[in-house]
Amino acid sequence: MQGSAGKDVITTLIVAAVLVWALPLMVGTYTLTVLAIYAMLGLSLGLIWGFGGILCFGQAAFFGLGAYTYAIAAINTGESTLPMILAVMVPGVFAALLGAMMFYGRLGDVYLGVITLVVTLILFKFINSTAGPQYTIGNARLGGYNGIPGFPTLNVPGRTDLSIWGDGLYYFCAAALLLVYFGVTWLLRSPFGRVAVGIRENETRMSLIGYDVRIRKTVMFATGAAIAGLAGALFANWGAIVTPGLFSLSQSAEIIIWCIVGGLGTRFGPLLGAAGLGYLKFLLGQQSMINNTMLMGLILVLFVLFLPRGVVPAAMSVWRASVGRPRRAGRAGAVRRNRRKDRVDG
Amino acid sequence: MAEPVLETQHLTMRFGGVVAVDNVTFTLRRGELRCLIGPNGAGKSTFFKCLTGLLTPSEGHVLMQGEETTGWAPHRVAALGVGIKTQVPNVMDGLSVQENIWLAARRFLPSTQADAKTREVIERLALGQIARTALGRLAHGERQQVELGFVAASDPWLVLLDEPAAGMTAGEVARMSEVIHELNRTAAVVIVEHDMQFIRSIASRVTVFHQGAILIEDDVETVMSDPHVRNIYLGKKA
Repeated sequence: MQGSAGKDVITTLIVAAVLVWALPLMVGTYTLTVLAIYAMLGLSLGLIWGFGGILCFGQAAFFGLGAYTYAIAAINTGESTLPMILAVMVPGVFAALLGAMMFYGRLGDVYLGVITLVVTLILFKFINSTAGPQYTIGNARLGGYNGIPGFPTLNVPGRTDLSIWGDGLYYFCAAALLLVYFGVTWLLRSPFGRVAVGIRENETRMSLIGYDVRIRKTVMFATGAAIAGLAGALFANWGAIVTPGLFSLSQSAEIIIWCIVGGLGTRFGPLLGAAGLGYLKFLLGQQSMINNTMLMGLILVLFVLFLPRGVVPAAMSVWRASVGRPRRAGRAGAVRRNRRKDRVDG
Repeated sequence: MAEPVLETQHLTMRFGGVVAVDNVTFTLRRGELRCLIGPNGAGKSTFFKCLTGLLTPSEGHVLMQGEETTGWAPHRVAALGVGIKTQVPNVMDGLSVQENIWLAARRFLPSTQADAKTREVIERLALGQIARTALGRLAHGERQQVELGFVAASDPWLVLLDEPAAGMTAGEVARMSEVIHELNRTAAVVIVEHDMQFIRSIASRVTVFHQGAILIEDDVETVMSDPHVRNIYLGKKA
């Protein structure tokens, strides 16, 4: 098991290094940076929905909270290290409290979806209405519809004169995405992650085995929110402005579409869905013939009808059916692989 | 006489105007294996759910090893060391047999010991051939056996089984009987069951439920020959 995990880490590192090096030859680093951020955001929902069984309609709320926390803290501190930490912690704590209320309140999936959606709407409405001078936190004005511009962006810790910008921000975001990916992998392979997958499969049975489902779901929910918060902080650095649009319903819906298209229950699927559809959105943004939102809706409908499991699971099935199976037959390694697959698919 | 491990005192469960369990006082002693029988609607499964925490009783008390567990959530009841198998196979369909049983073992053991326990239970229940198969692809009887594997993996001192032999083949029932007897060496066992042949093969004492209350409690042969029991159970005069 340890050997196969080590092999996975090395493979992932090699693939990631090749991608980080090769992609800028085809696409600008400015675009790639935001795609890496979207990938991280997709992974945050992929973790809690695909492995924890928690369908959250409000992942954009944590994304927005992370972005706003960073902007507000950066204006007040004049540097980026503490704001980055706060941008992870604030959405995490907020989600822990919200999650505890929902899971200890034994709310069903539908109500959970409604509550997360409503929380996003409340935050969207609230932030939109903070245009007045009375809405100030320290030196930071929330700015209402116009958002918060002009906050200090990423710098090397302890060196406010050394900014991380342009290509540097791209490499920083790629490294952060890789770290989050490894963190999610480690979490899913840990007993906590395996129990979380069990809860996704059958909550009642896990309870009858003796697991307190509520605390585990709360922790999973908060972890996903913390990752979304980190993505939000990086997005704030990429755009150098935060606006209420981060909390919008369309943003929440997009994250769900990324996960469905990429493939739930896999780590790579949401990542691929987010980056792929994010790039498509970027390309569509350069023309006015086709309505972007309508196309995203069409893609979702087509996937739900013809590829409901998403790209990555479908590709894995094709791979197993064509190449994977003959190679595995009679090999002792198959036992190990199957066992691993049971725990972390994808 | 051994000390009681499970007691209910005046346990009552109402659903609106319907009294499903009516003032039931019940005692199970250490090492005992007791079957709860009765016709459909007698209140056995509701009583069972009150014991496991799946339902909170309207009145009365549940005590496990002297500790009041009335209204406890199922995970707290299970965490005491109570192995529970529900009426309908309740498993993790998308996970393999091995992973399912590991999850049960891991609740009470560190990971490495849970691995060893999983292997032991798989061997004990003869599930080796299907150990890596997803539960969703197994037959009903096999799923029932895996659920018994959950119970065995947790080394319980009290086992609560709701219709463990339902829908199983004769061979599977025989294997199930053996496993239940093995469990009974270290745990007291309560079984809700309909299959009279199965009950005869495993139980010494039987409690008969009728209209939410205990009708009779005695050894299996006495109960089976009781005219009143035959009347309500078979729906005809003895």
